[in-house]
Amino acid sequence: MAEGVVMATGARSIEAPDVGEALKQAIIASGIALILFIAIVGIKTENAQGGLALIYRFGAAFSLAATVGVVRFLFDLFVWRGLGREIMQRWLPAGTLGTVMTALVIAAYLLGAYYFIVPGSRLALAETLSDIFGDNEWRSRSRIFVELTGQLVIAVFIVLSAMGIIMALRRLFSAAIPASREAVPPAARAEKTTLAEFGQQFAPALLVIAVILPVLVAGPQQRYALDTAIQILTYIMLGWGLNIVVGLAGLLDLGYVAFYAVGAYSYALLSTSFGWSFWICLPLAGILAAFWGIMLGFPVLRLRGDYLAIVTLAFGEMIRILLLNWQSLTNGPNGISQIPKPSFFGLSFDRFGGSGTKFHEFFGLQYDAVYRIIFLYYIILALALMVNFASQRLRRLPIGRAWEALREDEIACRSLGINTVTTKLTAFAIGAMFGGFAGSFFAMRQGFISPESFTFHESALILAIVVLGGLGSQIGVVVAAVALIGSSEFFRDLEDYRMLIFGASMVVIMVWRPRGLVSGRAPTVVLKEHKVISGGLVKEGAG
Amino acid sequence: MEYFLQQLINGITLGSIYGLIAIGYTMVYGIIGMINFAHGDIFMIGAFMALISFLLVVSLGVTSVPLALMLVLFFSMLLTAAWGWTLERVAYRPLRASFRLAPLITAIGMSIVLQNFVQLTQDARVKPLPPVITGGHILTDTGTFSVSLSNIQIVIILTTTLLMAAFSFIIAKTSLGRQQRACEQDSTMAALLGVNVDRVISLTFVMGASLAAVAGLMYLLYYGVIDFFIGFVAGIKAFTAAVLGGIGSLPGAMLGGLIIGLIEVFWAGYFSTEYKDVAAFSILAIVLIFFPSGLLGKPEIEKV
Repeated sequence: MAEGVVMATGARSIEAPDVGEALKQAIIASGIALILFIAIVGIKTENAQGGLALIYRFGAAFSLAATVGVVRFLFDLFVWRGLGREIMQRWLPAGTLGTVMTALVIAAYLLGAYYFIVPGSRLALAETLSDIFGDNEWRSRSRIFVELTGQLVIAVFIVLSAMGIIMALRRLFSAAIPASREAVPPAARAEKTTLAEFGQQFAPALLVIAVILPVLVAGPQQRYALDTAIQILTYIMLGWGLNIVVGLAGLLDLGYVAFYAVGAYSYALLSTSFGWSFWICLPLAGILAAFWGIMLGFPVLRLRGDYLAIVTLAFGEMIRILLLNWQSLTNGPNGISQIPKPSFFGLSFDRFGGSGTKFHEFFGLQYDAVYRIIFLYYIILALALMVNFASQRLRRLPIGRAWEALREDEIACRSLGINTVTTKLTAFAIGAMFGGFAGSFFAMRQGFISPESFTFHESALILAIVVLGGLGSQIGVVVAAVALIGSSEFFRDLEDYRMLIFGASMVVIMVWRPRGLVSGRAPTVVLKEHKVISGGLVKEGAG
Repeated sequence: MEYFLQQLINGITLGSIYGLIAIGYTMVYGIIGMINFAHGDIFMIGAFMALISFLLVVSLGVTSVPLALMLVLFFSMLLTAAWGWTLERVAYRPLRASFRLAPLITAIGMSIVLQNFVQLTQDARVKPLPPVITGGHILTDTGTFSVSLSNIQIVIILTTTLLMAAFSFIIAKTSLGRQQRACEQDSTMAALLGVNVDRVISLTFVMGASLAAVAGLMYLLYYGVIDFFIGFVAGIKAFTAAVLGGIGSLPGAMLGGLIIGLIEVFWAGYFSTEYKDVAAFSILAIVLIFFPSGLLGKPEIEKV
């Protein structure tokens, strides 16, 4: 299928593309779109007195269908039929695309640098632009546009700068220690181009940025930015936890949110009823969640593939229903509130009230609510890094290798004497434990939890992060979590369309890169030399 | 006894609706081996199409209930089938050669898209419809408790039986059914023998979606209220039914649907309403421990 399309466009790129055919396809597409939209968009059922009234909006249905046709026509002509490439080849000198892309990146970098270094410049530009547009609807739109692109180019600036600085430092240090240079075989060094080396600094750069983030975002937006970052990090942590079950052991788990819920309720109940601190409850919540992971693991040991998927999904729903209905323990749909807030080695972040020294008094600072957020941010960062470190190490242990073997072929695994029962159960237990950690952090951060927060939607989101990132890839989870959660924050201004865009972007990313964003990955354990294998060669688990 | 009989009737009615949705899951799974997670939302779209076309038909001045229902059935099946076809074309076909989890993620994505699309276009409020098919029969009456079988229940059970018979006939006897079974066994070989695999898969989605539309209409007539979120719960139940019966098996889907419907109704009738879903899911887990590929499913042959 895919090869056929590629071949067809390849052959046609010499002659003019078939505009008539594209037009025909576009007309068919908009015809189908009209059938789809005529009832659901064209006729709205309006709740009125004594029943439903119909409101006709056929104009909207027609224009939507026409838009589908036009988009399909342009996309078909320029992308699938290669007209875009042909135009570039014929009218532009070779390498223009690369130059333009480079120029765009440089421009974004410079603009980001300007925004970042000159405070308030983004606001000033937004003011100027909205003055040009005058007093109409474009005024607020241009503001939103400047705001959104501004954040994007600043991110580009910060990431690229960090990558550059780290690379420069590394080169400096490796030059200073000549012995380490000789350790690298000359051939390998020649293969490693400057650009590839630059690309390898991506993960360390993200780490450095994550550590200094509270300083980077200092300003009026600090609190909001840190809240978003905490949310993203929670999902990264959950993604890394689920990655052990799905990415490494190849067990499709659609009910991961159950362990998140167990962790959250464990912390909430233990701390509100016994008054235990977060650091005592955290390991307990992890152990309880791991216990539930084993509970789930036992009945599903024999199940494979989609049977496993539905039982895990059912398990997640059962936990939620239980939390909803076990009034005496969980307070049902009203949830648990007044969960203790974090304290810094016994120093409360509160402004007034309670006993003991307050954080700001102890350090002689002006009271600021953001200190608590910064503290929470570092807790989740440390937890997430711990999960990452643990799973990186686990992958090198016999159990980690057994997981990967199980994913590739269960029968071969059993033939080689691997105990699949313990292998599966440890995968469930460790994955669940990390989910439990994330859950108790979530409960501490929110101060209030209810079954509402633990729906199937969350499981789907975490699974989407793992799969979109590329199964088994640690950095992929980071990229996917930033892309999904970040984009839904990014489109916050388009409230109604936010979830629609979220779902559509899941579909688009998957169709565009079926193996996930970071698909190539190095095997964890290598015999002689490191070789990155393409995602296309990696088989996903059968069960 | 009378109470039991009443619960049995209610359970069979509910089970029929689940069974109709479950067939869509099981057919798609049989032919391309993927969980069509958006199928529950196709069912929801079907219910909305039924509601809209019913209101439209009434506003056009059709007063005869059977005629109106036939028109509604026709329109909602047609329009929902178009949605099913588009779903496959946009979200699943580009990923057919890809690995197993990729279409699962697009399915979840499409499910979110469909839900929010309907919420945007039809708003989030619950849409009521006054009872269309009224009346019923009292089977036994002991004075304290009477067992009744309403006309709408008769319509639902009859329609389901008819459709099941028709679909079993299509799968077993027609050329399309043979092509579908060929694709299910080995799609590459079927393609080599001249079966248009793309067309067969598209038609499978069309069939599944039109059955979901029928289920949507039945749901609308039986409960009288729908909203954009009904697809999720019904979808999970129907999927559970399909797995319980043995995914890929048509009679299995129907059987699974009936079992899930009966468990739910009996649990709610005799024990507690809150935990009826837990009961249904627990039965699923217990059955799968003893029959790892469902009640009527063929055991998977493990190949090395």
